[in-house]
Amino acid sequence: MSAVNLIMIALKALQRNKLRAFLTMLGIIIGVAAVIAMVAIGQGSKESIQSQLSSMGSNMITILPSSNVAGGVRIGGESFQSLTIADVLAIQKNAEYVSAVSPVASTKGQAIYGALNWPTSLQGVAPSYFDIRKLTINEGISFSDADVATAAKVCVLGQTVINNLFPSGESPVGKVIRLGSIPLQVIGTLAPKGQSSFGQDQDDIILTPYTTVQKRILATIYFQSIYASAVSEGASEQATNEITDILRTTHRLRPSDENNFQVRTMEELIKTLSSTTSLLTILLTAIAGISLVIGGIGIMNIMYVSVTERTREIGLRMSIGARGIDILLQFLVEAIIISVTGGLIGVVLGITSAKVITLTLGWPTLVSESSIVLSFVVCAFTGVFFGYYPAQSASRLDPIEALRYE
Amino acid sequence: MSNNKILELQQIKREFVMGTEIVRALKGVSFDVFAGEFVTIMGSSGSGKTTLLNILGCLDKPTSGSYLLDGVNVSNLSRNELARLRNHKIGFVFQAYNLLPRTSALENVELPLFYNPELSVQERRSRAMDALQAVKLAEREDHTPSQLSGGQQQRVAIARALVNQPVMILADEATGNLDTRTSYEIMALMQDLNQEGKTIVFVTHEPDIAAFSSRTVMLRDGKVVKDSKNENIRSAKEALAALPPAEDY
Repeated sequence: MSAVNLIMIALKALQRNKLRAFLTMLGIIIGVAAVIAMVAIGQGSKESIQSQLSSMGSNMITILPSSNVAGGVRIGGESFQSLTIADVLAIQKNAEYVSAVSPVASTKGQAIYGALNWPTSLQGVAPSYFDIRKLTINEGISFSDADVATAAKVCVLGQTVINNLFPSGESPVGKVIRLGSIPLQVIGTLAPKGQSSFGQDQDDIILTPYTTVQKRILATIYFQSIYASAVSEGASEQATNEITDILRTTHRLRPSDENNFQVRTMEELIKTLSSTTSLLTILLTAIAGISLVIGGIGIMNIMYVSVTERTREIGLRMSIGARGIDILLQFLVEAIIISVTGGLIGVVLGITSAKVITLTLGWPTLVSESSIVLSFVVCAFTGVFFGYYPAQSASRLDPIEALRYE
Repeated sequence: MSNNKILELQQIKREFVMGTEIVRALKGVSFDVFAGEFVTIMGSSGSGKTTLLNILGCLDKPTSGSYLLDGVNVSNLSRNELARLRNHKIGFVFQAYNLLPRTSALENVELPLFYNPELSVQERRSRAMDALQAVKLAEREDHTPSQLSGGQQQRVAIARALVNQPVMILADEATGNLDTRTSYEIMALMQDLNQEGKTIVFVTHEPDIAAFSSRTVMLRDGKVVKDSKNENIRSAKEALAALPPAEDY
């Protein structure tokens, strides 16, 4: 029998029992839609966590001073002064996997404007710091390499500082504030970043060229830390190794010496968070997958009922020339049509409900192509798998008995 | 009428094993049916006529003996070859019509053609229409079985039997569910088909019906007890005319 005939026979048989075919399909529809919607929610939250992380600078690398040993005594720790501009320049020059690097010379102080004052942290950085930390200028401009070279008395203010020094809402750009006794001209403001994931206010900050802090305030040649960013998230490890090698050279450490600095990345944090969301996705998918299996069992159940109910029809078809294989294929194709049609409707419904969830609940969702393909393949397979046994039992009926079946 | 043998039965025996007992349903049946004959096979229940019908219809195979349908020895065929033979050579008409529910008359008639892969959609349609025309139901092609009377349903079933242009129509108590008037209508149709040259084998237990055929084979206890030509064939049309007019038609 030709495939066209087969499909026509199966379609006509299904047409005779539209409601039943639809109800059977419903199991598959709900199963597939659930899988797609659940995976979309899982993927969506994973994606949004990842984008939050990369807005923090997920390829960011932090270099901190570490302890050193002097005559058997460990000294220093994070306050140990070992990082200099030579380190920064060496990294800038030699590290292939590092796209930007900036030193940080920070201090705390009282920012004063007119009658108002506010205790905040002053960070002396290079212009590339804005890229590394994904900071954007809201108003005004950022400082340049020329400002760094001249240790210019300019600064960029964070939102919290602005709120406290300029509560009336006037623009701080162009105003001159003081930090202790040093006057600094405000040339720009930072876009608010809010709290970091560790509860730290990232907007309570004043940024100036690092030379300004080093020369005019601290009178030091050392940095508290160096920030760098790897060329990509995946290159964090290579960049870390590179930086370690470079700093060991510039610090003239012997092979037997411990590092007197430490290089940290965000990678661990990213791994933890994405494994949590992966777990969430797996969990949701498993629950949805169960409903797909139940849908498949529904198909099997209905096909068995249908074979029993249509015993006479099977007997008749055999008596007018249907072979066993024709009957088997007919019932199999019926099962596949139910599951594939149900799958298609389920895909549409799943995508729609993911969109509805985003619109009404505001949850981020991401419909992945792989989940569509996977659930569709699974439900077609379900049709074949659960349809085969009823179809086979139909094909093995004895036409004489089937015809006389009451 | 030609002398072509459509059916040749030689010492057909059919035995069933029921537990430890062997039931011998047919104990050596031999007869031939020629092209263009209208044969009724008669017998009370238990005479083996159902078993014989199953064998004639290629639904069952004899335990021993040979059965040739249109020159083909059925005993040597596989299940699938039997199915093909049923499709090409035999048109079944059943007591209970066995039409597919919620399916139009035309589609019911088309059904055997779906198992005949050589036909195109148009051919299938036109042959089904021709068959419906032959049973005078062409104007009812869209009606489903539930919208048709018993007699009309049986005529659809006859059209279905005709559609593959079989060598033989095999009817199993085809008038068993019908009243006298409708039975005569069906028999008149059968006689018409026979006139056009169709070979008909009609299994029944009603002597009344046998009177319309050209030959009667009587079975009893698995054996042919009488095989006689009917010299005095009754015309179903005349019988129909002789019936008192029906009040409720």
